[in-house]
Amino acid sequence: MLSIRHLVRLHLGPIDLEIASGECVALRGRSGSGKSLFLRAIADLDPAGGDIALDGTGRNTMTAPDWRRQVGYLPAETGWWGDRVGAHFANWSACRPMVERLGLDPAAVDWSVARLSSGERQRLGFVRLLENRPHCLLLDEPTASLDEVATEVIEELVAEHCAAGGCCLFVTHDTAQFIRVARRGFLLDAGKLVPDGGT
Amino acid sequence: MNYVTLDYVDLALAASLLLINGAVSVALSLGLARSLAISAVRMVVQLLLIGLILDFLLATVSPFWTGLAVLVMLGFAGYEAMARQDRRLKGFWAYGLGTGVMTLAAVLVMGFALITQVSADPWYHPQYLLPLLGMVLGNCMTGVALAIRSITGALTGERNAVEAQLALGRPFRLSTLPIVRSALKTALTPTINAMAATGLVSLPGMMTGQILAGIDPVEAVKYQLLVMFLIAGATAIGTTGAVFSISWRLSDHRHRLRLDRLTDIGDE
Repeated sequence: MLSIRHLVRLHLGPIDLEIASGECVALRGRSGSGKSLFLRAIADLDPAGGDIALDGTGRNTMTAPDWRRQVGYLPAETGWWGDRVGAHFANWSACRPMVERLGLDPAAVDWSVARLSSGERQRLGFVRLLENRPHCLLLDEPTASLDEVATEVIEELVAEHCAAGGCCLFVTHDTAQFIRVARRGFLLDAGKLVPDGGT
Repeated sequence: MNYVTLDYVDLALAASLLLINGAVSVALSLGLARSLAISAVRMVVQLLLIGLILDFLLATVSPFWTGLAVLVMLGFAGYEAMARQDRRLKGFWAYGLGTGVMTLAAVLVMGFALITQVSADPWYHPQYLLPLLGMVLGNCMTGVALAIRSITGALTGERNAVEAQLALGRPFRLSTLPIVRSALKTALTPTINAMAATGLVSLPGMMTGQILAGIDPVEAVKYQLLVMFLIAGATAIGTTGAVFSISWRLSDHRHRLRLDRLTDIGDE
C-alpha cells in the first residue's frame, strides 16, 4: 500500500492519498495542473514536503535508489542513455514475452535508439520499467502515442500487475481510459485532489 | 644578459602597423575602427600599468604585496571563468566554485614547484612566483571554464537520459558517469594538444621572451618545459575539481538531478 500524507511541492498540495495493494487509481487534470510534478514528487525525483510510505516503510528510511526501484515512475517522455536498445535492459530474453505481447519485434534489442518511433519508445520504456519489478507503478500517460491494440495490452499488463498485489497511479487524458483502468479516480485541480467519477 | 632595449619611438613606429587595421576597417566599413582604438589604448595602458606594478613588487619583495597580487589574480581568474558560462550556479557558487578549484590547483602546483624545483630565495620571490602563476592560472582558467561549461551543458541537455536512470533506481554517480567522463575529456584535451604542438606549430611566448632577453635557448626550453608540466598538473586538478564539484552541487543526498540550482543567463 502506498500512502501519501501532506505532500507539498511548489503549487501542489497538501495532498493526501492512499492506494491499496492491488488497486489502480486514475488521475486526470488540465495540462500544467501538476500531474507530472505530483508523480515526480512521489518518486522522490524532486524535493517535496510530507510523508510517503510504501507498506508502512517511509521513503526516507531507505536510500533514494531503493525507493525508486519499488516506486517505479514512467515519464511521458522516456529517456535513453545508451545508443542501442539492448543497453537499457538487464536481461532482454526475460523481457521477450512482454515485448512480443506489446507487438514489438524481439530484434529491437539491436536497434539504434535514435530510430525508434515515439510509440516504440513508450512501449519499450514500459517494458524497461516492469523489468525492474517495482511494487507501485506511477504511469504518466503511458499510452499517449499508442494505437488501440497496444493501449489494450498496456492496460492488461497494468491490471495483471495489480492483480499480483502491486498498485498503480495512472495518469490519463482519455475519459474512456480513465473510467476503464480504475475503480477510483481523481481530478487534480488547483493543486488539490478532487474525487472524480469520470463523467 | 644582453638585449636591445626599446625606446618609446620604436614602439610608436610598431604601433603604426595598427593603421593597416584601421584602413581596412574604414575602406570596407567594418565599423571596427572605434573598438580597435579602444582595445589598443587599453592594451597599452594595462601593460604599462602592470609593468609599473611588477617593478614595484620586484623591488620590494614583500610577502604582503606579493600575496595581494596573487589574490587579485585568483579573483580575476574566477570572475573570467564565471563570465564564460551560459548557465551558472545560483548564488555564491557561480563565482565561488570556479575560484575555489582554481585556488586549490594553483596552491598545490605552485607550492610544489616553488619549494622543490625553482627554490627561489625567499620562496615567494615575485620574480618567479608571479610570472609562473600567471601562466599556470591563465591555462587552468581556460580548462576550468570549459569543464564547467561542458558538465552543466551536458547535465541540462541529457536531463531525460539521466532522470530515466535515476527513476529506475540507479545511483546518481553511475547515471552521470558517461557525462562526467566526456566533460573531463573535453576540458583536458586542449592541454594535451598544446603539449604535442609546442615547438612545431607554436613557439611559446615565454620561451621566445627569454631568448630575446639573451638567455641560452636550452635554458629557456627547460623553463618552458617546467611551465608546461605545471600547466598540465594545474589543469588536471582544476578541471577534475570543477567537474566533480559541479556534479556534487547539481545533485543531493536523495540522488536527484537538481537543475533548479542553475540559472539561465538573463533570468537572474
